[in-house]
Amino acid sequence: MKKLKSLKELSDLRKKLEKEYNNKKEIFVCCGTGCRANNSLKIAEDFEKILKENKKEIPVIRYLKKTGCHGFCEKGPLVIIMPEEIFYCKVKEKDVQEIYEKTILKNEVVKRLLYKEPKEKKEIEKYKEIPFYKNQFRIAMRNIGKLDPFSIEDSISKGAYLGLEKALKMKPEEIIEEIKKSGLRGRGGAGFLTWRKWEAARKEKSDIKYIICNGDEGDPGAFKDRSIMEGDPHSVIEGMIIASLAVGANEGYIYVRDEYPLAVETLKKAIEECRKLGILGENILGKGHTFDIKISRGGGAFVCGESSALIRSVMGKVGEPRAKYIHATEKGLYDRPTVLNNVETLADVGAIILNGGEWFASFGTEKSKGTKCFSLVGKVKNTGLIELPMGTTLRKIIYDIGGGIVKDKKFKAVQTGGPSGGCVPEALLDLPVDYEKLTEAGSMMGSGGMIVMDERTCMVDVARYFLKFLLEESCGKCTPCREGLRQLMAIYEKIVKGEGKEEDLDKIKKLSSAMKVASLCDLGRSAPNPVLSTLKYFEEEYIAHIKDKFCPAGVCSDLVIYEILETCNGCGACRRICPVSAIEGKQKELHKIIEEKCISCGSCYDVCPINVIIYKKKELRNG
Amino acid sequence: MEEVLKIIGKYPKEEASLIQILQDINRKYNWLPKEALEIVSKEIKVPLARVYGVASFYKALSLKERGKNIIKVCTGTACHIKGAPQLIDEIERKKDIKPGETSKDKNFTLETVNCVGACAMAPVLILNERYYGFTKPSDIEKILEEEK
Repeated sequence: MKKLKSLKELSDLRKKLEKEYNNKKEIFVCCGTGCRANNSLKIAEDFEKILKENKKEIPVIRYLKKTGCHGFCEKGPLVIIMPEEIFYCKVKEKDVQEIYEKTILKNEVVKRLLYKEPKEKKEIEKYKEIPFYKNQFRIAMRNIGKLDPFSIEDSISKGAYLGLEKALKMKPEEIIEEIKKSGLRGRGGAGFLTWRKWEAARKEKSDIKYIICNGDEGDPGAFKDRSIMEGDPHSVIEGMIIASLAVGANEGYIYVRDEYPLAVETLKKAIEECRKLGILGENILGKGHTFDIKISRGGGAFVCGESSALIRSVMGKVGEPRAKYIHATEKGLYDRPTVLNNVETLADVGAIILNGGEWFASFGTEKSKGTKCFSLVGKVKNTGLIELPMGTTLRKIIYDIGGGIVKDKKFKAVQTGGPSGGCVPEALLDLPVDYEKLTEAGSMMGSGGMIVMDERTCMVDVARYFLKFLLEESCGKCTPCREGLRQLMAIYEKIVKGEGKEEDLDKIKKLSSAMKVASLCDLGRSAPNPVLSTLKYFEEEYIAHIKDKFCPAGVCSDLVIYEILETCNGCGACRRICPVSAIEGKQKELHKIIEEKCISCGSCYDVCPINVIIYKKKELRNG
Repeated sequence: MEEVLKIIGKYPKEEASLIQILQDINRKYNWLPKEALEIVSKEIKVPLARVYGVASFYKALSLKERGKNIIKVCTGTACHIKGAPQLIDEIERKKDIKPGETSKDKNFTLETVNCVGACAMAPVLILNERYYGFTKPSDIEKILEEEK
């Protein structure tokens, strides 16, 4: 790899690589965290071996790529054959030889590995025709899945750093103007206008300025940033360099969650290769700008996603937030002007500069422009990672892309925004998703996690789950957050045991409103959101727990008891799945739950193929 | 404790390296022995109290000796509603350990982690570095058998 000394040398290299890399037969093996867990590395290895052994037989050069996450994790491991775009899912080791012989050598499709449309059971051959992909529009994730994240050359051949090429010819003000036109807002969740941050930091006079990329994606149920860092690290680096040009910064940090080891690997390699090519370091591409990036690994603390806490963590300190009288753009890292942007925000930047701010702003709603990545997970048929124009309705996301609820059960709510967000009920399914609309509904955009919940999810339990999460993650510095969470948790512990009282609901509301006003940082201020939104939309579930001492979803094990009806056909599925061997019965005969042994976990209920297991109110011992 | 010095040697001797150094030591020994913290404090000239503060603040760092094998159950939202609590209960029954505890034979430590970002395969269990997706309580015994 030779250092590039001018823009021309980069575009010459790109032309050479395009010729060499594109329009060739390629095998993409998805090696995102999801597919890796399903053995995709071994599949890639087997392909590699076959290709090596049969080098002579293959007429044209064929590439094997271990790509980043394709998003459709549930169907993994995924293998895609290009340029025909044949999409194989749930591929096993034993399928590799067959794919090679049929698809690679003879261009025949292996039907049994194709994706089957769940409604009409029709096989779909091509990647882009699958409803999960067809309805998406990708900007931040434009190249994920198409390239080998460990190869800068492959990335360049697919258009990485085209935006940077353009930006290097622009003045800082022009770059910021373009971002302003795009209407880009922070993709970490708060939705602050990106250009404002850049402009504020640009105006500061300082010998050192910093760009920090926030890759501390702490919201449970969100993994878009992980996939971007793992699948296309160069889009993040490109965004950071452009930001550094705009504000006049020379040093950058990428703060990555400790839970994302693969992202650290891809980023490290990407940064190294950038330095070798002269895209990072001194005098970038001969244009006189100097910028370099260091990786800072987080320590597994949720609060470090908060900007002031993150900055302290980068300095090697305890990640406690501070009151924000002074913005980070004025005095941030080591008291210097600092711009802190989310991974997805930065991944958008390169595309915006390349295609223009107006192009980006042509997608989305009035105040929320462009596209947004979401992780669609929970009780939905097609789980995975998606990117859509802002303003797409929840119904479209859950039913058209997600394919509806697992086992066609009844939809109950969708949780967005992680522990700072809330639950949106069925009545609001036609809500167009953008920053404002979600906030109005009592939730928030957050990191783009969408967790779909069905009739088997207890909303009281969900609220308690988030309280437990926040209680563990609260840094303890300010009293309203630390003590407020503790008191809320105590009330919820009582409710799920059937010991709640009606006045508890009032107490919950009072505590929540105090926390909203008096907490130091957004963790505490938004902590009541999951509580208040469930209470607002699902009050009847709270009442059922408190008055009837019953959990309508059958989740709170102290309040329900399971029973097998006489119509049981004795298939034995429940007996086999019961973790405490509390189900007895001979094959093809009526089964029975032994009450003393049963822990009311509900595993049997969920597995019963003919729905003859029911749950009802458990009579509490003290009446 | 020569290993500790080797780890410190990889980083600039300043406070900003503290978390990274502690993480590497944690990875090496599976926890942070007291002597290691003292060496770190002396070498990078950060008071021991502050080193201890950082070590106790971050969840990825452990001040307690951990078992040979680390079981992590993801308790992200998607995993929670798809049955992570039942996995934890099952491990508790099988190995007699609660989250944060180590089995008597020092073989297993059970931990929970707030989302590993593999939500599409919920519920997820990670044994050492290996991910197991769509895990059911009835799978636990077999998974734990693999690491003895």
